Amino acid sequence: MERITPLLWLLFSAGGTVAALLFPVHFFLTALAFPLGWLEAPSYEFLHRLLTHPLTRLYLFILISLPLFHWAHRFRYTLYDGLQLKHLTVLIAVLCYGAALAGTAMAAYLLWDIS
Amino acid sequence: MSAEPHYTLYHPRWYRRRVSVWWWLQKRSYTGFVLRELTSIFVAFFAVVYLWQLRALTQGPEAYEQFLARLTTPLFLALDTVAFLFVLFHAITWFNLTPKAMVVRWRGKRVPDWLILGLNYAAWLVLSGAVAFVLLRE
Repeated sequence: MERITPLLWLLFSAGGTVAALLFPVHFFLTALAFPLGWLEAPSYEFLHRLLTHPLTRLYLFILISLPLFHWAHRFRYTLYDGLQLKHLTVLIAVLCYGAALAGTAMAAYLLWDIS
Repeated sequence: MSAEPHYTLYHPRWYRRRVSVWWWLQKRSYTGFVLRELTSIFVAFFAVVYLWQLRALTQGPEAYEQFLARLTTPLFLALDTVAFLFVLFHAITWFNLTPKAMVVRWRGKRVPDWLILGLNYAAWLVLSGAVAFVLLRE
């Protein structure tokens, strides 16, 4: 664990930056502006066409994966310190990073699978 | 001297005040800290929403319509409003921390905090505009 801590910290900070720069606009459009009808949601055909471009796929992979690792790292410490669960260190770390890995794998699979 | 010395990792006999799980409600700066830490949950939430959308897009037009319809339900609108505010809080606190976490030097002088902050917010503006431009281009 100690040896990969720098890597985990790097993922945490890269993910935090991606989430800070790009999540507000994506979130605002997808979860608020489109559902509330302020702006028209892009059509299936349009998004599907966007997804056929490799750069879009790379972008989405980074957009989904890095913030998940950001979450894993930060939430781990939230659980330790906030809920005083220091004795469950290993279990919490496995669950958090495991979930981030699972999300990353799913993103990779879906992005690979698109025809 | 036959008995082995007995070490314990913790010292149960030391006096330790029990700290309540709600310690962070006693002071504003503590509350801010904990709220900032909690933003990660909403960051993950949105990553999952985007995964969900991606899956719908791989499944076809009906799945995508269903995804769009699900997001208009009151439950999701309420959840998304709260989550959006937390994501925004994450962005702002993250940008404001960068000059403290990253000391940049240029020609031997430290780049002032306001410049790093300004560049962060400028990048935020430009990228948000670019994303909106692409998604609304249709």
